Amino acid sequence: MTTPPSDPVPRLQVRGLEVAFGGLTALSGVSFDVADGETVALIGPNGAGKTTVFNAVCALVRPRAGTVRVDGRPAPSAATGLLRAGVARTLQGLGLFERMSVLENVLVPLSGIGAPDALAKARKRLEDLDLAHLAARPAGTLPYPERKRVALARALATDPRLLLLDEPAGGLGAADIAALADTVRRVAAEGCSVLLVEHHVDFVMDVADRVVVLDFGEVIACGTPEQVRTDPAVEAAYLGLEAAA
Amino acid sequence: MDRLVFLLSAGLARGAVLALFALSLVIVWRAARVVNFAQAAMAVTAVYAAFAVTSATGSYWAGLATGLATGALLGAAAERGLMRRLPHHAPLPGIIVAIGLVMVLQSGLAIAFGPEHRPMHPPFSERPFMIGGVPVLSPYDLFVLIAAAAVMGALALLFSRTSLGLQLRAAAFAPETSRLLGVRVPRMVTLGWALAVATASLAALLLVPTELGLNPHAADLLFVNAFAVAVIGGLDSPVGALLSGIGVGLLVSLVTGYASASAAPLAVLGLMTLVLLVRPGGVFAPKEARTA
Repeated sequence: MTTPPSDPVPRLQVRGLEVAFGGLTALSGVSFDVADGETVALIGPNGAGKTTVFNAVCALVRPRAGTVRVDGRPAPSAATGLLRAGVARTLQGLGLFERMSVLENVLVPLSGIGAPDALAKARKRLEDLDLAHLAARPAGTLPYPERKRVALARALATDPRLLLLDEPAGGLGAADIAALADTVRRVAAEGCSVLLVEHHVDFVMDVADRVVVLDFGEVIACGTPEQVRTDPAVEAAYLGLEAAA
Repeated sequence: MDRLVFLLSAGLARGAVLALFALSLVIVWRAARVVNFAQAAMAVTAVYAAFAVTSATGSYWAGLATGLATGALLGAAAERGLMRRLPHHAPLPGIIVAIGLVMVLQSGLAIAFGPEHRPMHPPFSERPFMIGGVPVLSPYDLFVLIAAAAVMGALALLFSRTSLGLQLRAAAFAPETSRLLGVRVPRMVTLGWALAVATASLAALLLVPTELGLNPHAADLLFVNAFAVAVIGGLDSPVGALLSGIGVGLLVSLVTGYASASAAPLAVLGLMTLVLLVRPGGVFAPKEARTA
């Protein structure tokens, strides 16, 4: 759960995170790091608190205690500041602007931060993700896999240093998941750190450098995919349930 | 036939003003999901500012610029000072506050300027051109058409071709997602209100010289008709506001010409009722809005 020695200031540092909704404690003492260019997966059963971690990092929920630091600085206290801090996120429900074209969807974050050469950058991202031929199509008319790629292209448009992916493989077929894994590896190789929440265990084991396992709002394990796969606590809480199913 | 041509050309100019005001209601609706019932009172306040400047300087154009600026400021102030502070889970608080604002503004104008009608002179002649002995548009009608078309064209370009317009649309469609994408949503909502009330002010500025004159209630009927236009076209649809504005303008002109002026509002409300029965979301509403 510690930062690799070669990287004293992690890209993302979460320490002692506690989040409560009324009387319900959603997260308790959650701590982990994501290093430069590292891909970390957050896994756990439904309701374990994975998306709540994302929401706390993105200033969508206010933690009761704990700190979130990006590149050594406190994470933005308002969601509007995330992109300027180099943090981009996809949403579980995708959150596309359905009536806007694919190109416009990717242009929104670039406009939001006033990026120069926004159009060229947006078109480049669409080409990277094989979406250029769909640029003029309203996002709401696309099949689900393409819609997921648009959401990813939009998150990558601003060249983030930390990318948060909320269930990126959900609802995708094998070929699309393989392409997604390639994209995640390429993004990480370019130096972008990736934190992803995912239920698709094979995908996680394929792309993640490390895995953080949450259960009932607490970290119960953290390590390489192989270490986590054989951890008895994880088997009991999550992977064991998958195997049984 | 001559009468028909004249009524149609007059209806076109009236329709352009209605479309402009309806568009202003659509902009606020898209930005904040609120029907601004104070739009007419705010627009008339801006027209009074224009009237005061025109009276002091003798320049219609200085008055026009002042009216537009006042409208924009009023829109921004109403959003920042009032609407933003209201609970957003239900439409009722916004409606009640807007109605209160109508009372405050209209009473304030009556106290400051008096309740009587004040003449506002158009910058161009209202005498229609004669083409083949048939009276058609007047120079002022032409000015109204050109001004309305220019503003609607500029707004269309703003929303479809600029970075600012993209952010305005994004903030209107999905505020939470837009925040995550770096869009300053509160700033966009304020800007939407400013644009909307400035547009409504222009509509009122174009209309008042052709009516009885300026008084605190001068835009009340304009609001009622423009609201009907926005509902007929679809509150989410700028194109709907434009097309149904022209249609309702022609309807009002024809009913006024062939029946009576008092029948025109009934015809508009009848058409609105029919549309609500057949297409509750409006004729040009996007599919999602109709089924929502």
